Amino acid sequence: MSLFKLAIRSHIRRLRLQQSPFIGCSALRRFNSTWTTTDEDYQQPGQLYETHIPISNTQRVILAAGSAVTALVDPYRGDMIATLGETTGQRFLSSIRDQMLQDRTGRRILRTRPVINSKVLDLDKLRQLPSDTFGSQYVGWLDKEGVTPDTRSPVQFVDDEELAYVMRRYRECHDFFHTLTGLGVTVEEELALKWFEWVQTGLPMTMLSSLFGPLRLTHGERRRLFMDYVPWAIQCGASAKPLMNVYFEEMLDQPIFKVRKELGIFLPPNHIVH
Amino acid sequence: MQAFTSIARASKRSVLRSANWRTVAAYTTHVPPNVAPGQTTQSQESTKTHFGFRNVLESEKEQLVGKVFANVAEKYDIMNDAMSGGVHRLWKDHFIRSMAPGPGTKLLDVAGGTGDIAMRFLDYCKNIHNDSSASVKMIDINPHMLKVGEQRFQATPYANTNQVSFLVQNAEDLADIPDESVDVYTIAFGIRNCTHVDRVVKEAHRVLKKGGRFMCLEFSHVENPVVSKIYDFYSFDVIPALGQMIANDRESYQYLVESIRQFPTQPAFAKIIRDAGFSTVGKGWEDLTFGVAAIHSGFKI
Repeated sequence: MSLFKLAIRSHIRRLRLQQSPFIGCSALRRFNSTWTTTDEDYQQPGQLYETHIPISNTQRVILAAGSAVTALVDPYRGDMIATLGETTGQRFLSSIRDQMLQDRTGRRILRTRPVINSKVLDLDKLRQLPSDTFGSQYVGWLDKEGVTPDTRSPVQFVDDEELAYVMRRYRECHDFFHTLTGLGVTVEEELALKWFEWVQTGLPMTMLSSLFGPLRLTHGERRRLFMDYVPWAIQCGASAKPLMNVYFEEMLDQPIFKVRKELGIFLPPNHIVH
Repeated sequence: MQAFTSIARASKRSVLRSANWRTVAAYTTHVPPNVAPGQTTQSQESTKTHFGFRNVLESEKEQLVGKVFANVAEKYDIMNDAMSGGVHRLWKDHFIRSMAPGPGTKLLDVAGGTGDIAMRFLDYCKNIHNDSSASVKMIDINPHMLKVGEQRFQATPYANTNQVSFLVQNAEDLADIPDESVDVYTIAFGIRNCTHVDRVVKEAHRVLKKGGRFMCLEFSHVENPVVSKIYDFYSFDVIPALGQMIANDRESYQYLVESIRQFPTQPAFAKIIRDAGFSTVGKGWEDLTFGVAAIHSGFKI
């Protein structure tokens, strides 16, 4: 088939994908969630994926500013941090997606679109693994902190369904980052991880959390953050392999020191791994 | 060319939100698309009605509205202040002043919820007439909202008097209220959530005494095109964002602003009031803030 015909066909297919998201063709079924909503004839104009809420640019600005302020005032509002990330992340999600396209595993992730939740990951099987494996350490961390992989907010405000998947993948891998870097959920450790993610992904939400989050810390916590964790985060984040390109689900049965070595992650200094 | 397409896109968005939706027959039920126009629908339960901009079964709407108000009950007053910039207080003050109740009036405050109207009514009678015999019965279909109202009344001097009582009832069927038993019937910011607006007004006609007054304070239609544009932007872009940030509940506030657009216009609602048997004075309504809210009034004469 000539290149010209190929180009025309792919253009038409792209147009069709944009206009009719509810046709169940195989190219669309790769998006792992179901397309049906509870009210079948209700579809907001411009809705590109199931949890998408199309908003105007002014509302985007209002939400970005408002969620930043609310997240700072009440740090327990995880949904506000999620909203901040979605409303500010468009350009950087594109560059993460382009970076994924340049790596073989990254391309595979974008094609197969794996999701991480307790239905897909068999947590009981992971608990059976030997205790020095990545999977066992991961599930041990989840149990200790009392969280499950189901607690991530759905992506709502990203205006492109592939970038919405990239955002979702970034959120769902957050717990894997915790396990690999050995960081817990205290405020300064979460901020250290945010610095690490800032260096890795460049997302504005990570930047804002890294720069303004420490304002809420006590003096001692802030000192520990900036003397021990931040230099480590910057060095490790910059030298590690881009973690968005890693298919973590396939590495769960490997020993964790091997996974860390392969990815170029080393533990923070003076840090007791929980 | 790009400027033109972006303007076209923006105007299409605003058209979808504003005028076109209001011209949809707001208070008649929507016929589901797979029923031919000639056919009548099987039973009451299979007819559809509007829930904001969505179509839902009539039997589901009450439940969905119930869920909305159970979610918003705790932060209802804070959100009212945030959304209207405190102006709702001025509207409610004006509402009571225009009611001008005399001493000993019996008020039935339907969809009374958190008790703003009831409290203002009792304060008016006490301050203007030095009267403690005025009484108010607060009705709401949602027990969560009524509970918040009871808690608020505990902090007032009316706490353990017989001036205020609370009852869970459906405004379309006030089973526990006898005929011709109240002097004034009010429903403030509640009637647009009812599935059948005409039934609510007919029940109001039943429970009012002869000479009694029906008063309704509700969000309404803005005629002025400049104010209307600003109001549409504020409703669809600012309020759901506020709901998400303050109350962590975007969908409820999206429903609230959509339900405002689906409510009948001022003349249409005044006609519904007259059809139920009330007599109106003049137009039958008074616009507040360019029509953002309106006070509808009818007398049972």
